[in-house]
Amino acid sequence: MEGNAVRTHGIDTTALGRELRTLNLDEEDICLEVNGLDLFYSEKQALKDIHMQIPRKRVTAFIGPSGCGKSTLLRCFNRMNDLVDGCRIKGEILLESEDIYAKGVNVPDLRRRVGMVFQKPNPFPKSIYENVAYGLRLQGINKRSTLDDVVEWALKSSALWDEVKDRLDDSAFGLSGGQQQRLVIARAIATQPEVLLLDEPASALDPLSTLKIEELIYELKSTYTVVIVTHNMQQAARVSDYTAFMYLGELIEFGDTDTLFTKPLKKQTEDYITGRYG
Amino acid sequence: MIKDIKHWYGTGAPFIWLNAGAVAVSVIMVVGLLLLIAVRGMGHFWPHTVEEFTYRWGGEQIRLIGEIRDEERVSAQRLIDSGITLQDSEGEVTRYLMKIGNRDYYGADFRNIVAPLIVERHRPAELIAVERFEYGNFYGYLRAVKQAEAIVASGDAAWAALQESVERASGFRAEILQIEKKEIGSINYRLERLRLKERGFELKHALTPERVATIEQERQALQKEYDALSQKLQDLYQQIRRDSFIAEIQDGREAEIPLDKVVRVYQPNKMGLFAKLGFYISKLWEFVSADPREANTEGGIFPAIFGTVMMVMLMSVLVTPFGVVAAVYLREYARQGPVVRLVRIAVNNLAGVPSIVYGVFGLGFFVYFLGGNIDDLFFPEALPSPTFGTPGLLWASLTLALLTLPVVIVSTEEGLTRVPKAIREGSLALGATKAETLWRTVLPMASPAMMTGMILAVARAAGEVAPLMLVGVVKLAPSLPLDGNFPFLHMDRKFMHLGFHIYDVGFQSPNVEAARPLVYATALLLVIVIIVLNALAIYVRNRLRETYRALEH
Repeated sequence: MEGNAVRTHGIDTTALGRELRTLNLDEEDICLEVNGLDLFYSEKQALKDIHMQIPRKRVTAFIGPSGCGKSTLLRCFNRMNDLVDGCRIKGEILLESEDIYAKGVNVPDLRRRVGMVFQKPNPFPKSIYENVAYGLRLQGINKRSTLDDVVEWALKSSALWDEVKDRLDDSAFGLSGGQQQRLVIARAIATQPEVLLLDEPASALDPLSTLKIEELIYELKSTYTVVIVTHNMQQAARVSDYTAFMYLGELIEFGDTDTLFTKPLKKQTEDYITGRYG
Repeated sequence: MIKDIKHWYGTGAPFIWLNAGAVAVSVIMVVGLLLLIAVRGMGHFWPHTVEEFTYRWGGEQIRLIGEIRDEERVSAQRLIDSGITLQDSEGEVTRYLMKIGNRDYYGADFRNIVAPLIVERHRPAELIAVERFEYGNFYGYLRAVKQAEAIVASGDAAWAALQESVERASGFRAEILQIEKKEIGSINYRLERLRLKERGFELKHALTPERVATIEQERQALQKEYDALSQKLQDLYQQIRRDSFIAEIQDGREAEIPLDKVVRVYQPNKMGLFAKLGFYISKLWEFVSADPREANTEGGIFPAIFGTVMMVMLMSVLVTPFGVVAAVYLREYARQGPVVRLVRIAVNNLAGVPSIVYGVFGLGFFVYFLGGNIDDLFFPEALPSPTFGTPGLLWASLTLALLTLPVVIVSTEEGLTRVPKAIREGSLALGATKAETLWRTVLPMASPAMMTGMILAVARAAGEVAPLMLVGVVKLAPSLPLDGNFPFLHMDRKFMHLGFHIYDVGFQSPNVEAARPLVYATALLLVIVIIVLNALAIYVRNRLRETYRALEH
């Protein structure tokens, strides 16, 4: 046992139940590309000259201590930062080689292509069915049979169908936290986005629900490009293919998860994942 | 000792007592208020015992018949000073307020009598009380019933005959009322519209001979209808005037009362508990369902209830959308800065402006300016008599809507603030625009707050009287603002209002003693109407709250 176990910096990757894979960013198909991104909240600079490439149909995790800008970066991908007063952005983010911050970009359209799930489950005060159908109704799809199909498919994809199929018309508030979070994921994928942004999706959940969400993320990556922000390094190690470590608004290191957790290039990364600060 | 007090103080007990005491005082005051107006108001409808007194007055003994309505202790000296002969000038004596009715014979319904001068007091069972359409109540001994000037029953048989006659007369009265108010009212309304149509053509210089002919034809038809009805009416009047009865009043004279002036007759001293209860309920029903009579001191207050409810509902319909739209702009779209802050302060201060000021504004702006212009533009044919350029239901509702607007804006804004950011972001992240997010998620979630605003607005508006006196309330409205004549809802009409009714009956009435119980009863009814309107709104709000309960974790 001792000899086989790859034990690096406190995280046992084999114990997580997955094999070490050899992924290489250079061979990946790139979905999102960040070029020289600076972000300011009024005078304060929250992101400093970020460069990164997020590969298609992989799970990319952002880790780092609180306030390091990982959520801010995530929220740049669907322009949620536009809602913050005094937020300015320099540089560019390319989705399928097109700058999402260019003039004339239809923001609601962009958000339809880049779905997002938040830290706390935020179902609407509507029925389970209507929650999932929300995005479709926004697109003007009101045909009952289409909606029925998509709702069922989305709930099945988010592994919630069996639990709620008999009470689709009940209020979404009747679900548990974990179920609500999966409902929100179903809601996000119902519009078939290209990218799915997950902002600490499991931080408000109990371990069992967390496990279910993680399994779900693993499933989702066959269809979607998933970007996840997490506090939990084990979680990052378990679910992600690529990991970015951020610190104080800077991207310190970005690479495939196995390498980053086993042989980090930077001292700061190593300190963080071994728990020396953070 | 001081240490004990300090310790007691430290436990916080004095504050609990203080707080609980304040709550208790408030509750007692509210309950006391309601009880007072309920007892004073509701007692009025119970059939009072009618008594006969032998009374010393002016050196001789006279007979008095009536109801004792009130009593008080008065110093004997004061009575002697006012010219009443009493044997004993020491101490106090009881003075009764007695309702002697028969205003057509004595000029006043009430007189004061003092206890020491009462020789004898008893309650003859055969005394009758008669409620009439004119001159208030009548009290006396029934002697005979007449039909077409001939006596048909007298003595013991008279009572049964009288009841029969009253029944018959009230049947005719219902028919007369139907014809006068509904049918002839409708014809008059149509004739007036015809006149306006003709005048309209005339003003446009388009009154061609053909049009004159058609209008004249229609007018003839209506006139024919009217003639037929008026003939029928005359017959009915003849029928209802056939009967009368003769009764002996307190001074021994015989009075003849025609039955077309009689509402109901009863023998209060013969009534058992259940008969009295039945009488009470029918009086109560009359109070809430009938039109007022005798300068509002008798009969019902239905038009006032109707006017109040109608006005409040119209006000809600006007104020809610307007307030909500304004609040949405202030909270969701306007750039939060000094200007918006200033606007918000101004809105809040509007709530503090005395209501009579709104009345003055309503009169000047809505009635004279807006109404006057509307008349010039749309109703020139009715000029010089104004259509909308005069106080009316629409202007009263609008004025109150303005008065309650700040309440709705403030509570809607609060509701919008309380919608979690997470919900808005969730919707935006799904590709909704800001407007879609507002419409589909935020506004429904803020709807309980809007209802709260509406509840506060209703509570305030229903109790407001001062501004209404300037913009549409009258003491007696000839017709309801809602009826069967097109366009059914007549927003230009003046209306009656419970609050104003209280003021009018209580302080403008020639017959203060008779009106006082009605003031209490009307006040109670006003409170009930407000409670019902509020309960309705609260019910709706709770339903909404249940549906849009915000995330609670």
